[in-house]
Amino acid sequence: MITINEDLCKGCNLCKEFCPLKVYEESKIPNKKGIHVPCPKNENKCTKCGLCILMCPDQAIAVDDKDED
Amino acid sequence: MDKTNQNRFMKYLRTDRLPNIFCPGCGNGIVMNAFFNGMERAEIDFDNLALVSGIGCSSRVPGYIKCDSLHTTHGRPIAFATGLKLANPELDVVVFTGDGDAAAIGGNHLIHGARRNIDLTVICINNSIYGMTGGQISPTSPTGSYGSTAPFGAVEKPFDLSELTKAAGATYVSRWTTAHPVQLANAIKAGLQNKGFSFIEAVSQCPTYFGRKNKMKTAVSMMQWMKAESITKRRAEKMDVTDLKDKLIVGEFQNKNEAEFTEQICKLIGDKCTTGKPSSIKSAFKED
Ligand SMILES: Cc1ncc(C[n+]2csc(CCOP(=O)(O)OP(=O)(O)O)c2C)c(N)n1
Ligand code: SF4
Repeated sequence: MITINEDLCKGCNLCKEFCPLKVYEESKIPNKKGIHVPCPKNENKCTKCGLCILMCPDQAIAVDDKDED
Repeated sequence: MDKTNQNRFMKYLRTDRLPNIFCPGCGNGIVMNAFFNGMERAEIDFDNLALVSGIGCSSRVPGYIKCDSLHTTHGRPIAFATGLKLANPELDVVVFTGDGDAAAIGGNHLIHGARRNIDLTVICINNSIYGMTGGQISPTSPTGSYGSTAPFGAVEKPFDLSELTKAAGATYVSRWTTAHPVQLANAIKAGLQNKGFSFIEAVSQCPTYFGRKNKMKTAVSMMQWMKAESITKRRAEKMDVTDLKDKLIVGEFQNKNEAEFTEQICKLIGDKCTTGKPSSIKSAFKED
């Protein structure tokens, strides 16, 4: 499961741009701080490679290792 | 937030200070991630770590990390770290610095640290500009790049910090960018394991000043630019010098064994050396 901490995300979109499988999409609606927090729309494609965790400058992304299926 | 699904580096951070002060998309946070990753893989004991930094946005990194840290004066982190390491040879001492901090005001400390081959790991976040003070040109700003002190473009040639520290005597030198976080983490791991002066140049983005003044308004466009301009050292060696103009050569520039400064001093002072004895520092993070 991918969780984005809305208190930490600043909406830089690096995760969206650098995810090799294009898991993230920018949300249409801004949050209460006016930030368009990306959403892991294509989460089913995620291979848990962890690149977004390394790329997020605000330590806002968590990818759970546990497989749900 | 749900504790069961937390960012995996959160355990190293002073969570009460978050969100960090860095601008959206600033590379400092990526270098921080690469450091945690390299530290884990080098099997460094987090409790045995001391972080030292100077002044600048990049130098604020240790302020977010839950271990002992020294936030020193501008340009002087290597000088403070030298004292810290000599008094406590068993500590793993890591310096976080910027291009302005390490190469402008602190340039002499940098070359002399390298010359002594003292066992420090220096992580220099090179964003080619002074971020904290408003976008002035730094010693690593590319010729022709714009800054608040170079409205018509910088005239000088930039320093190549990796070549500089290699020539000065550093025994481990690597350069990667924030667009190569895995390779950067590998370099930090190797630097931490090297017994001697390790210099890791992390070429990074300052979208707020360098980006805005140089026609790259977002962190994404800056990182795409760094990725596109990077050429590995191995490939560059086979290329013509003219084709390498304005390219960013990345890779490992030095990795060798040489006598280390602290060890030599310890040999000289015999049983007065504090190696193997309790640390002379009382940790702010350990209970009494
Ligand atoms: C002795 C002294 N001179 C000048 C300054 C002003 N100053 C603060 S940060 C800085 C430059 C920082 O640049 P860099 O190290 O590249 O860090 P960045 O903010 O880009 O990460 C300067 C000149 C200072 N704080 N102290
Ligand atoms: S001014 Fe530049 S270096 Fe400083 S936090 Fe902002 S983006 Fe980062």
